[in-house]
Amino acid sequence: MALIEFENVSKHYGDTIVLENLSLTIEDNEFLAVVGPSGAGKTTLLRMLLSQEAPSSGRILIDGAPIAPEPMPDRGVVFQRYSVLPHRTVIGNVMTGPEWQAAPFTGRLFGKARQLLKARAQDMLDRVGLGGHAALYPAQLSGGQQQRLAIAQALMMNPKVLLLDEPFGALDPGTRRAMHKLVLELWSEHQMTVVMITHDLSEAFHLGTRVIAVDKRRHDPHAPHRYGSIITSDFDAKPRLARQLARAAG
Amino acid sequence: MRRVINRHPSRRMKILMGALPFILAIAIYAFAADARGADGPDKLMPGLNAFTSAMSRLMFDIDRATGTRLFWADTWASLARLGVGLGISALIGLVIGVLVGFIPFLRALFEPFFAAFSLIPPLAVLPILFILFGLGELSKTVLIVFGIAPFIIRDVMLRVAEIPREQIVKAQTLGASSWQMILGLVLPQVFPRLISSVRLSLGAAWLFVIAAEAITAEAGLGYRIFLVRRYLAMDVILPYVLWITLLAFAMDYALRRTHDAIPWTRFKEGG
Repeated sequence: MALIEFENVSKHYGDTIVLENLSLTIEDNEFLAVVGPSGAGKTTLLRMLLSQEAPSSGRILIDGAPIAPEPMPDRGVVFQRYSVLPHRTVIGNVMTGPEWQAAPFTGRLFGKARQLLKARAQDMLDRVGLGGHAALYPAQLSGGQQQRLAIAQALMMNPKVLLLDEPFGALDPGTRRAMHKLVLELWSEHQMTVVMITHDLSEAFHLGTRVIAVDKRRHDPHAPHRYGSIITSDFDAKPRLARQLARAAG
Repeated sequence: MRRVINRHPSRRMKILMGALPFILAIAIYAFAADARGADGPDKLMPGLNAFTSAMSRLMFDIDRATGTRLFWADTWASLARLGVGLGISALIGLVIGVLVGFIPFLRALFEPFFAAFSLIPPLAVLPILFILFGLGELSKTVLIVFGIAPFIIRDVMLRVAEIPREQIVKAQTLGASSWQMILGLVLPQVFPRLISSVRLSLGAAWLFVIAAEAITAEAGLGYRIFLVRRYLAMDVILPYVLWITLLAFAMDYALRRTHDAIPWTRFKEGG
């Protein structure tokens, strides 16, 4: 269960206004795709949802409670790059989160607990199609495999919300299609709310149940920085009722 | 005709060409020494015989004043100073570099100070060290640490700053505390750089060891060189310089191998 609410959220850096008075309610189990031109504030939106940055005004709530002021395990994330730890093996990366939670001082598990976690991590790797690569290091994987790993690593924490920041932007079209399929499957298996930033409109409509576009309210040639972005369009890409029916039938 | 930058020597040619300057240098020396030594032994360019006799005396004969074999005692004294100095510097560099580099408040507090501190020429404060810490081992160790720890601290801090923000945010979404990020994310990624950093400091560390020994010591490679300088004993100085070079090379090689033994550093990002 994860209902996300933006209440009159604005963000500005000094004089430059990025987002203006944004209000948005994201239903539980929604797959929200955010599109918009470069510099429109898509990534700022995601960073605020991640608590990597704080809104200048307004607030963000998950299930009615304001989000923590720093990144927390309730919100998992996959960035376009650098989402995995280069010094840990593939399976080590997937085990990292649970290990940190279980062992506050050493960050490592030993003995039986380690074996149990390892089995769980191996299941997760099998699920995302990296089962045979457990002993490799991330730099030995292809771009698509690295993103699969980043997703697997995030899902090990069972986040309420999964945030995707142009996760497939650097992948070739074939790999991208395979990733779309995987993400849709994982989304329905894990019952999460997903917020995905993308600059690819067809990707947004293919994956998203709801697509919003953010763009500047007004382009003033003399003071381009004085107008922030708002939500310019909001589509129900896949109506909720149809989804629920499909799920009930499936 | 291909451009000169596109012409590459073959493997065998490369080895041969690499060896050529060494052979040439030795040949020129031998030739010149022979020419100078034509009318009796020469102090400035002694021949091979002079080297072997001087070195065998230092390596195998027990010195009456100290009761040791001087060459080995010197080597041990210098290596011990170098090792202790480098080890302490590396430890200080790692701990302070990681903490100050990773924790914003510590960074704000110490970064400007370290920037200024690292610009103090260590040899200029050597008299202060001698006054404060006496003429024994302590002042020599402090000199080495003073000379190279600031460099290592700053290099480690730079490496910490290079860790992508994404990784640090991701770690937090995986539930990591600050301590866990230092232990499980920052330290392992900084460690290879620390080794490289120590490697690059080797030259400076030797410089400080020899400088300190030149002024005051009872043994040490630098001490010996500066001692026998009074007698123009090139037959000792030259082999000692070669030996120091060889030791430095061996340490450099060992550190490089240690760096390359870390498995994940072998793969380039985005491969």
